[in-house]
Amino acid sequence: MTTLLHEASLKRQTVFDLLFRNLTRLAAFSVLALLAAIIGSLIVGSMPAINAFGFGFLTSSEWNPVTDEYGALIPIVGTLVTSGIALLIAIPVSFGIAIFLTELSPRWLRRPLGIAVELLAGIPSIIYGMWGLFIFAPLFADHVEPWLNDHIGTWPLLGPFFSGPPMGIGMLTAGIILAIMVIPFIASVMRDVFDVVPTMLKESAYGLGATTWEVMWNVVLPYTKIGVVGGIMLGLGRALGETMAVTFVIGNAHELHKSLLMPGNSISSALANEFTEAVGDLYTSSLIELGLILFFITFVVLSLARLMLYRLSKGEGQGA
Amino acid sequence: MLNLYTRRRLTNAISLGVSVLAMLFGLFWLGWILWTLLEHGLPGLGAHVFTQTTPAPGSSGGLINAIFGSVMMTSVAVLIGTPIGILAGTYLAEFGQRGWLAPITRFINDILLSAPSIVIGLFVYEVYVVKVGHFAGWGGALALSIIVIPVVIRTTENMLRLIPNSLREAAAAIGAPQWKIITFVTLRAARAGILTGILLAIARISGETAPLLFTSLNNQFWSSDMNQPMANLPVVIFQFAMSPYADWHSLAWAGALLITLSVLTLNIVARVMFRQKTNTQ
Repeated sequence: MTTLLHEASLKRQTVFDLLFRNLTRLAAFSVLALLAAIIGSLIVGSMPAINAFGFGFLTSSEWNPVTDEYGALIPIVGTLVTSGIALLIAIPVSFGIAIFLTELSPRWLRRPLGIAVELLAGIPSIIYGMWGLFIFAPLFADHVEPWLNDHIGTWPLLGPFFSGPPMGIGMLTAGIILAIMVIPFIASVMRDVFDVVPTMLKESAYGLGATTWEVMWNVVLPYTKIGVVGGIMLGLGRALGETMAVTFVIGNAHELHKSLLMPGNSISSALANEFTEAVGDLYTSSLIELGLILFFITFVVLSLARLMLYRLSKGEGQGA
Repeated sequence: MLNLYTRRRLTNAISLGVSVLAMLFGLFWLGWILWTLLEHGLPGLGAHVFTQTTPAPGSSGGLINAIFGSVMMTSVAVLIGTPIGILAGTYLAEFGQRGWLAPITRFINDILLSAPSIVIGLFVYEVYVVKVGHFAGWGGALALSIIVIPVVIRTTENMLRLIPNSLREAAAAIGAPQWKIITFVTLRAARAGILTGILLAIARISGETAPLLFTSLNNQFWSSDMNQPMANLPVVIFQFAMSPYADWHSLAWAGALLITLSVLTLNIVARVMFRQKTNTQ
């Protein structure tokens, strides 16, 4: 009698186990389904534009709702240029912050500073946008841009990039604000990968008489370079897709200028500004195709970033 | 001519000095932004913000409908996203040792974690707003839940992996079936960590603007109907800040201060909770 009961209850538990396992598997599978659905719906939504413009969409700088002709060149250039400026500023600063946090900072200061950097990452992007538009851009227009015009603007090669009316808003401002936003991401990845360097390795170098800088540059950095590049790519992924901060300060003009002081447009800010007001199927569909392009670029960048970071953590496992 | 020794010392001093400057550079922006928010947000922050709805330009009003809308959509997003996230995270941590599903899911999840949120807005527009024919609060909640899922999956998996295997083995040794081991032992032991993940997810979505632009849009009036366009703080801030009206600007600053304070508080609470948990282990 009791054995029968036990068997019944055992069977029931086996069924529960099976149900539970498959329930969690279904949830995990839903992540893949979600990605497939996102890509699928973007492709379906952009079909009219793909049919109408083909590959010419990528290279055309036309953007004219009146004649219903659209091309993605200006937003793509805007996205790449602002993200490029952001990385140029953010990489050295993040490296400096990571060195400070891993090597220089007194132990008691490490945690609060780490939290402060992460809070910088926590501030919503719309706040950066507002602050950029109302506080940073006017100061930038009054004090920095005239200086850039007068000094770098007259240089032979770089000059054209830094001359133009000091309006405060434009590609350069957007790039600087993006830099502030991605610094915490890159810095915290760099700090984490610097922390995995075996202490033995660093102390051997110190023992040979290397300075702190030499240890960082010649020992820590080569050891962690995949992870560092992965962190930079992660920051790039963030910068490429960032919307609100850029929308506030880039100027939202469908124009292609050589000068970085002039307004431009990025994929995400074009979407944020125009999507709800777009009338006509082709207009909407072209904007969705912009979204598809953005998703494709960030997908590639983020995949590379993750693969690099995985490789580093795998290598760490083998070394131990 | 400097000798080698002096040159090396000099290089070291300069680069370490630059690294200190980099740290100060980072803190400087944090300080400046927070200071600006307090300076412009505090004067506009009064009882009216919490009692009146968003005004037409030139008249007085508050943000109560936007605050309510944000809270509604965030809650629904967390209610949808958390169970899926916890279940999927459980799969990755507890059943994911073999097979193809776990590594691929982990990889895709890490990408979704930093995917551009505006694209998620586009996706929900395509599959929801176009189908029902109008902007609606449900759409906003749906878009936010898609942002919640990857955050919860990642923290759930990480937290479950911290649970020592001896705990699982002890439960298995006294004959507990696997579903009981996971729900009553490992998930329970990882409770605080998973809650941390949920808090971080809430912090992440409460400032998200881009995915709401095409989904819930905005509503100038009080509305608790999730089937209608719904007001929410981020979009109200965006519209008010982009407008030319001074009284709208001051409300936008007040809203910005509210959002930032709640996001930062959530972040700090989550970290303190997590720290307490790791300390007791």
